[in-house]
Amino acid sequence: MRSERLTRWLVTAPPLIFMLVFFVLPTLIVVAASFRYPGEYGGLAPLVPEGYTLETYRFFFSDVIYIEIFLKSLWVAALSTGLCILLAYPLALLITRLPKRWRDLMILLVVLPFASNFLIRIYAWMIILGPQNGFSLAVNTLLGFFGIEPVRLLFSPFAVIVGMVYVHLPFMVLPLYTNLERHDPAWLDAAQDLGANAWQRFWKVTWPLSLPGIYAGSALVFIPVLGMFAIPDILGGTGDILVGNLIKEQFLGTRDWPFGATLSLFLTLIVLAVAALAMRFSRKRLRHA
Amino acid sequence: MPLLELRNVSRHYGRLSAVDNVSLSIEAGEFFTLLGPSGCGKTTILRMIAGFDAPDTGQILLDGQDLADTPPERRPLHTVFQSYALFPHLSVAENIEFPLKMAQVAASERARRVRETLEAVSLSDKADAMPQQLSGGQQQRVALARALVNQPRLLLLDEPLAALDHKLREQMQMELIGLQRDLGITFVFVTHHQPEALALSHRIAVMNQGHVEQLDEPSKIYAAPRNRFVAHFIGDINLLDCTLLARENDQLRLAIPGLGEILAPAHTTAQPGQTGAFAIRPEQMLIGDPAQHRDLPNRRDGVVRELLYSGDVTTYKVELANGLHIQALLANVKPGLVQFFEVGDAVSVAWPADAGLFLDA
Repeated sequence: MRSERLTRWLVTAPPLIFMLVFFVLPTLIVVAASFRYPGEYGGLAPLVPEGYTLETYRFFFSDVIYIEIFLKSLWVAALSTGLCILLAYPLALLITRLPKRWRDLMILLVVLPFASNFLIRIYAWMIILGPQNGFSLAVNTLLGFFGIEPVRLLFSPFAVIVGMVYVHLPFMVLPLYTNLERHDPAWLDAAQDLGANAWQRFWKVTWPLSLPGIYAGSALVFIPVLGMFAIPDILGGTGDILVGNLIKEQFLGTRDWPFGATLSLFLTLIVLAVAALAMRFSRKRLRHA
Repeated sequence: MPLLELRNVSRHYGRLSAVDNVSLSIEAGEFFTLLGPSGCGKTTILRMIAGFDAPDTGQILLDGQDLADTPPERRPLHTVFQSYALFPHLSVAENIEFPLKMAQVAASERARRVRETLEAVSLSDKADAMPQQLSGGQQQRVALARALVNQPRLLLLDEPLAALDHKLREQMQMELIGLQRDLGITFVFVTHHQPEALALSHRIAVMNQGHVEQLDEPSKIYAAPRNRFVAHFIGDINLLDCTLLARENDQLRLAIPGLGEILAPAHTTAQPGQTGAFAIRPEQMLIGDPAQHRDLPNRRDGVVRELLYSGDVTTYKVELANGLHIQALLANVKPGLVQFFEVGDAVSVAWPADAGLFLDA
């Protein structure tokens, strides 16, 4: 009895301490930093005699631009998540219908991009979307047929979304596939036998039963996209600033650490809210599935 | 006109012939069973009737109409799947309501029919439960209710009781018989479990390797199997190789190598000289002391080699003089008064001249 409890502590303590030291503690530091004054050359001003202040919070709400950037980031994250669902669903469905040995190969292909460096893959999109390259020329030629002015693909919101979707697609495919693969084919047979046509079989059986996979994938896409700064930095135009860029700018550019801390605190709160929402939804469904 | 008719239906998978030129007709209101070992083609026939598979040749007709161009969702028949295939995201009531929604039945009518059907399968208190909260027997009843709720012309049941334990299985058999009788819906039942087929069916088609070996009422299938396969597959039976020597009045004189001549009833048109098997059920064999049953024409001495006590009956495996083994069954009606035998006891086995039958195939 006693040794059992000891074993349990020995097993759970290391990860607990890890989370405490590298997640809870830093978060508390960020909270504290948001109430401080910025140092002259970055960092924080000395606590004595400056003390604590609500200045960063006042500053955040003094200009609507910051709320706008948050809203825009939320919109980009939502759009990327939606596009990932649209692209991943047919793919995951297709993979589950393949023979077993092909399925494993396809899943390997889905995760294969992780084998190469993230930045290199993003830079590759710079080349693909570049104005002098095939894809841009093809798109603009096509637009020309309809009498539409040529558009710039690179350094645009379009490029940012393409990059976000490209990088995060596997995070949607994998949980969806894992869910769909567990569906009993007899459910579809039963639905058809009971009078459901192909459309009804999808919307009444496959789709509702795949919602836990959708929620899991959405959390895995939405949350990292919300804080992403590398992709907007590289593929976005100068006007395409998202929360991630803004925070990075406070620490590395304008060197206003307290404001950066405030911004990342807001971001953390939003992410926690989204995660809680996703968990609530999937738990409600789990009762069913 | 029969409700359902199979005309020369065949289905091949590559070189394997799953269903080989099967013709059947099933009447309205019938409890019809396809019985056979796994791989005999019974499930393929069921899937072809439901529309999930199609015959390579031959026709399936419902009310005289060829079903070939009707997809499963438009056939007025439902299936109870072996795994039940209940929708895990829908409650019991929602599962049962599903086919009504698909048939675009009005909401108030749907509610009424769901309620009535829940009552019919005694699950009214489980309407809001989720399928995975139910026991196996309850899930089975939900699957039945869902398939019956919009009154199909035909209900197909694919080994629906296979996953239940023995006691529950017997109880569900009773309920199935009652439901089928009360609703008057035609049941086509697939099973490999022969006692179940005998207990439930009006008629049974015994299948083997893609074709129907015998199609008859349960009592005929049991008492007068047409060939060795049916005799062996249904119940326990003693099969002794023999030759038909002569017909005498309504009796056959058979020669069993090593056992000499015996008398059997003349059910067949077989002619003297034909070889075949003498088939007799263990419960038709009488077992007694060596001195007993001297009045019976068919009587042999032997030694008890094994016995299997099952409570209500005991089965004795008796070795006869020529080394053949015969099973005889004794009901334990009066414990203490009935003669029990031990392994190694010398006994006699005997049977009347009108018991057993000669199989020429």
